[in-house]
Amino acid sequence: MRRYADRVKAKVLIRPKQGILDPQGKAVERALPALGFEGIHDVRVGRLVELETDDPAQLDALCEKLLANPLIEDFEIVLDESASGNGSSPA
Amino acid sequence: MIGVLQFPGSCDERDALGAAERVADTRLVWHEETDLSDLDGVIVPGGFSYGDYLRAGAIARFSPAMEAVVRFAAEGSPVLGICNGFQVLCEAGLLPGALLPNEGLRFICRQVELVAEEFGGPFGAGVAAGARLSIPIKHMSGRFFAPGDQLDAIEAGGQIAFRYAPGENPNGSVRDIAGVTNEAGNVLGLMPHPEHAVDPLTGSNDGLALFRALVGARRAAA
Repeated sequence: MRRYADRVKAKVLIRPKQGILDPQGKAVERALPALGFEGIHDVRVGRLVELETDDPAQLDALCEKLLANPLIEDFEIVLDESASGNGSSPA
Repeated sequence: MIGVLQFPGSCDERDALGAAERVADTRLVWHEETDLSDLDGVIVPGGFSYGDYLRAGAIARFSPAMEAVVRFAAEGSPVLGICNGFQVLCEAGLLPGALLPNEGLRFICRQVELVAEEFGGPFGAGVAAGARLSIPIKHMSGRFFAPGDQLDAIEAGGQIAFRYAPGENPNGSVRDIAGVTNEAGNVLGLMPHPEHAVDPLTGSNDGLALFRALVGARRAAA
């Protein structure tokens, strides 16, 4: 029976590409002074996808094909090695 | 026979069917279908395919029917993508560019004026260059975008089909682009809804020309 020992946790950060207007970020930025938060600049709003994978090698292709649209978004994969099992986990 | 795709979350497939029925026999194509051999043309309709989760059109492109549409288009058969259908065709790589959330972040629903460019393929043959069309839009993510070099390429290649008339750009689309074709010209996508402009009763029948072009395309090629 498959255990979860080999699973790796990963975070995929997806951001609007530099130079592309991000109206969501602009709306947030404009709202801040009204709440008393001064001096906040260049707000950009992206997406965070958390997942667990048995095979981190496929993450790059998965991001290019589905999670991000490389034409308009940049993505960054952050592996959480510390949370992964090393095969000896009793889980 | 014109086929209109139906994804879970489509909402304009009945109107597209009704519009195409004015000029041809039609049928719905369920998203799990893969045999399009009886069809002369395909419409990818508007709506919110698969909930538009992640990005508009991102998940629909992996449906069995869309894989069949990719093959159908590669054979040179005509494909018309409307609104969400346009987004799906861009995500599937059949059309250049991408559709981003509207500049003003609001859902926009109103009649707009379009100007037809001089463009190739069956759809270009059906619309006179410079013609003004009055067709409604209704979308949240209709801001056409492509990188500058790609824009120059599609402009030079005659792939820009429609622009919003001067001063009418409703969503921040780059270079006022409302619709584009693929290189061969047999695939057209646009954000405005020609299926809602086929009867003078609702204000305009300027959209009919695109359905006529869709039907005439295959006939001419056969």
